[in-house]
Amino acid sequence: MKSNELAVKKASSTVFGGLLRRRWSEYVKYRYMYLLVLPGFLFFVVFKLVPMWGLLIAFKDYNPIAGFGQSEWVGLKYFKEMFADEHFYSMLRNTLLINIFGLVFFFPLPILLAVMLNEVRHEMFKRINQSLVYMPHFLSWVVIASLTFFMLSVDIGMVNKVVRLIGLEPYSFLNDSRLFWGMLTLQGIWKDAGWGTIIFLAAIAGVNPERYEAAVVDGASRFRQIWHVTLPAIRPTIVVLLILRLGHMTDVNFEQVLLMMNPLVREVADVFDTYVYNNGILRGMYSIGVTVGFFKGFVGLALVMASNYIVKKMGHEGIY
Amino acid sequence: MSFVHQKKLTLFDYVNYFLLALISAACIFPFLYVLGVSLTHRSVYVPYSFQWFPQKWSLDAYAYILSSNSFVNALKSTAFITFFGTVLNLVFTFTMAYGLTEKRLPHRRWIYGLVVFSLVFSAGIIPNFLLIKQLGLMNSYWALILPALTNAWSLIVVKSFMDSLPQEVIESAKMDGCTDIGVFIRIILPLSKPAIAAFLLFFAVSHWNTYFNAVMFLTDSKKWTLQVLVKSLVLDNSAKTAGMEASIGDSSPPSETVRSASIMLAVLPILFVYPFLQKHFAKGVMIGSVKG
Repeated sequence: MKSNELAVKKASSTVFGGLLRRRWSEYVKYRYMYLLVLPGFLFFVVFKLVPMWGLLIAFKDYNPIAGFGQSEWVGLKYFKEMFADEHFYSMLRNTLLINIFGLVFFFPLPILLAVMLNEVRHEMFKRINQSLVYMPHFLSWVVIASLTFFMLSVDIGMVNKVVRLIGLEPYSFLNDSRLFWGMLTLQGIWKDAGWGTIIFLAAIAGVNPERYEAAVVDGASRFRQIWHVTLPAIRPTIVVLLILRLGHMTDVNFEQVLLMMNPLVREVADVFDTYVYNNGILRGMYSIGVTVGFFKGFVGLALVMASNYIVKKMGHEGIY
Repeated sequence: MSFVHQKKLTLFDYVNYFLLALISAACIFPFLYVLGVSLTHRSVYVPYSFQWFPQKWSLDAYAYILSSNSFVNALKSTAFITFFGTVLNLVFTFTMAYGLTEKRLPHRRWIYGLVVFSLVFSAGIIPNFLLIKQLGLMNSYWALILPALTNAWSLIVVKSFMDSLPQEVIESAKMDGCTDIGVFIRIILPLSKPAIAAFLLFFAVSHWNTYFNAVMFLTDSKKWTLQVLVKSLVLDNSAKTAGMEASIGDSSPPSETVRSASIMLAVLPILFVYPFLQKHFAKGVMIGSVKG
């Protein structure tokens, strides 16, 4: 019995030792690879993984002066508080509606623009147009908000200057809460509708020219060529982008909202991130801030994973 | 579409060209207008009144801004962040991306998993803010550089670019006794030039444009970056907090021209590199394909 046990022990130790030795030799073999990965790896640990620890603040009555250790555990108190708060539902509504506006008014435009650009027969004209419509993508939200100010504000806005010129009363577009979501969408369109064409133009570029020729031989008009050749070619791209977009329904462009927000439109402008910033960072209400941020991150994670799963199920390449 | 090319332009084409010209015009119009305001001479400037273009030109607004300490400081600090931030971005992104291309590397899967995880879930604003505070980086420009050393999206795109490089060259270099670092420096980097160019510009633009982190981490207004200063000048119309109150008086140009000039100065470097940007960025997006 005893010798048996010993044999097993010996065998397992040599198997284990062999594994260890092989692993070790692999580590040695790839030592320079690890050296290359190391800086980036440390970055992800310190700046992406370590902050996860801060999520625990949602379950504590966090007092920045007393510190994390001295703060009391309160369980789900802040989650209950969040769900009982009317303000939470108005933020949820704003977030979803800003996204629905984007989905309805923004999403189709890059497709339309790409099809229009594809129909251009003068290479030079096409290239100049592309250069101009891509350009706003590279501007900061500060610059875009500033340009918006120079277009729409009451005192320096160009539109109101023209309105005064023709003898009408100026209108404060930027303080009207009914116009706020539309204005965010318009800014988004100005910034990124052109940029969004790139991926569709790439898909269209893959179409075999013979298919257009065949369509022309069959007497298809330009609209029918678009309908029967161009659009089917980019349909998979459209579907994938649409599903991935649905995975980001809880994301709102935070810098944009923060810059365009003012007390008169707060009711329709407040979203999760602005709440976290205003109440958490500026007013020091860390616990409720982390709770709201946690909720947003968690729902976002679920949506992204679901949309990525669907895209992969359909046989396309997902985001991971 | 050579077949279609031979045909004459139809009504469809004229309408299409007209609409596209209109769209393009809408993309540059706000700039031209703001540029016009910034160049208006004070003698022809009338508040609240619309002018197609200045009756009399002047660079006073630009001279005024560039002579103010706060603007020059903001310009310097933004240049500092953009330069060092971009260089470090390239180092961190390209080294790690190459390491992750080695499929036999033990533990590669969960290192890559960590990267992907950061793409879909983040601890959020407050935990990140507290981390920067704990690290003692408040009011330091490194607070804008270190948390953005690399990111999952860039890593995934660069890695898939490197995966597409010819593997035979790499294998034969290893055969010749080249170490992994040697392969990286002598083979991978030269072959990655288009990706390096694309990401150089991508990172530089993102540092130049950073606003929120600067607001959050740089509470001392002497440390402000360009975007924060422009925001304060244009949106809050507060030359005072922007540190420009000292010389405001009869000698200063109209505030509207100063505000518009500050926007132009914040955009100028981007418009300057734009021709290069466009070429490489479009390529970068292609490399990334759907992974946008």
